[in-house]
Amino acid sequence: MEKYRIEPTKGLEFGLYSLGDHMRNPHTGEMISAEQRIQELIEASKLADEAGLDVFGVGESHQAHFATQAHTVVLGAIAQATKNIKIASSATVLSVNDPVRVYEDFATIDLISNGRAEIIAGRGSRVGAYSLLGYDVRDYEELFEEKLELLLKLNEEEKVTWEGQYRAPLENAMILPQPQNGHLPIWRAVGGPPASAIKAGYAGVPMTLTTLGGPAVNFKVAVDAYREAAERSGFDPAALPIATTSLFYTAENTQDALREFYPHIHMGMLALRGGGYPKQQFAQATDHRDALMIGSPQQIIEKMLYQYELFGQQRFLAQIDFGGVPFDKIMKNIELIATEIIPAVKKYTAGK
Amino acid sequence: MKIVLLSGSNVGSKTRTAMDYTLKIATEKYPDAEITLLDLTEYEMVFSDGRNYWEYEGDTKYVTETIMAADAIVIGTPVFQASIPATLKNIFDLLPVDAFRDKIVSMLVTAGTAKHYLMVEQQLKPILAYMKAQIVQTYVFVEEKDFYRKEITNDDVLFRIERLVEDTVVLTETYTSIREAKEAAYDF
Repeated sequence: MEKYRIEPTKGLEFGLYSLGDHMRNPHTGEMISAEQRIQELIEASKLADEAGLDVFGVGESHQAHFATQAHTVVLGAIAQATKNIKIASSATVLSVNDPVRVYEDFATIDLISNGRAEIIAGRGSRVGAYSLLGYDVRDYEELFEEKLELLLKLNEEEKVTWEGQYRAPLENAMILPQPQNGHLPIWRAVGGPPASAIKAGYAGVPMTLTTLGGPAVNFKVAVDAYREAAERSGFDPAALPIATTSLFYTAENTQDALREFYPHIHMGMLALRGGGYPKQQFAQATDHRDALMIGSPQQIIEKMLYQYELFGQQRFLAQIDFGGVPFDKIMKNIELIATEIIPAVKKYTAGK
Repeated sequence: MKIVLLSGSNVGSKTRTAMDYTLKIATEKYPDAEITLLDLTEYEMVFSDGRNYWEYEGDTKYVTETIMAADAIVIGTPVFQASIPATLKNIFDLLPVDAFRDKIVSMLVTAGTAKHYLMVEQQLKPILAYMKAQIVQTYVFVEEKDFYRKEITNDDVLFRIERLVEDTVVLTETYTSIREAKEAAYDF
């Protein structure tokens, strides 16, 4: 676990992340500028840092409704603005990037932040980045597997010799600058179904698993498959961290949380998936067995401890601004997380 | 209320003939409804490649967006090789998995003979159910012998189409009011 900068004795890590959602506020109709949204995210990272949260992540989504396509640039600003919090991508769409450039960027963020940078590498759940950046979405699978292999190799070797299909070969190449301690924590971003979890397990790469909603127990299949695959490949599953992620919104009481967040999740899903979020399903989501992190702080604590028993994961990442949740509410969420949720969760999970 | 009449084949005339009559009845009975007939013969559709439906261009974008904006859809289809035509299946493939949630979908089928009567039960309804449609259970089945020179000549079929249109609208109104009452009760 040290290799991934995780100390299990300190309990379940709690982090925040954003994909840079940039949408009209469904409560007020207000549309803020991309400039304001980016500034707000940097401000949120400072608050999270001051409140003692463990991780802050920013992801890239190359299409309308988002503002952090250049996520490494935003993460660089966050590295400078914060002191202790770990800084991760959430995720880097590795398939449409050059692994060498990605490694250079995150090694630099690691140096700016005094050793706090991490990469979460994914394939992207939306295909817009592929045509925009000149890749064929038909190579979806192979692009990622090849590039992840190279990225992991860059992390392990000082001089890299490599040849593949989607990038010019490397001959004794040195990747500079090098991160503070010579390597970075690199995670594989995994969606719900187990196929991608199994690949992460075979490669012995830490897994960040999205559990966006529905019964949490459904995701147990992916967690078990990951550990099984790791073991079959000769890795010790106990040495490989797992992170889970979910959409997140909390307020003083359940009813406020539901009222305040529903328009965001509904409009966000409508804009990104072409269908809104059914109220019936949303009402069910307050049950502690549902993975969607919605409810009062007490309900969130129950959900997290239930999931911790289920998955035994090392980290939870909360997506704090789905559907463009405004900054004042993000601040309120961070406050409730820091003052009510984290103390209870750490108390239960630390020292185990 | 937005109603889309989708004529699902790009060859032949029987389905279009029956859909034209459906359009006539719907327009007469429900002048306030916004009714659009989409005949796939008239559109250049591309095959689904995994994009979101609104990311296509031209006819593909127009047809899928029109269907997604509808409250009710009447699907007209012939029978090809014991199933629906590829053109209609492609429409389903272009749409998201929950595309028909909160929509009423009814069906009108044309075929050479009565042997194809159960095609809808075995081929079409499972797809609609998977995509979460509220299905109007009774469909209209029209055979070759019910047509004469691009007119429907069987009064039974004409009466059935009238009932199909009525059932589609009544169920749309009913489910809409049920859903509105249910959603109002949530208080969020």
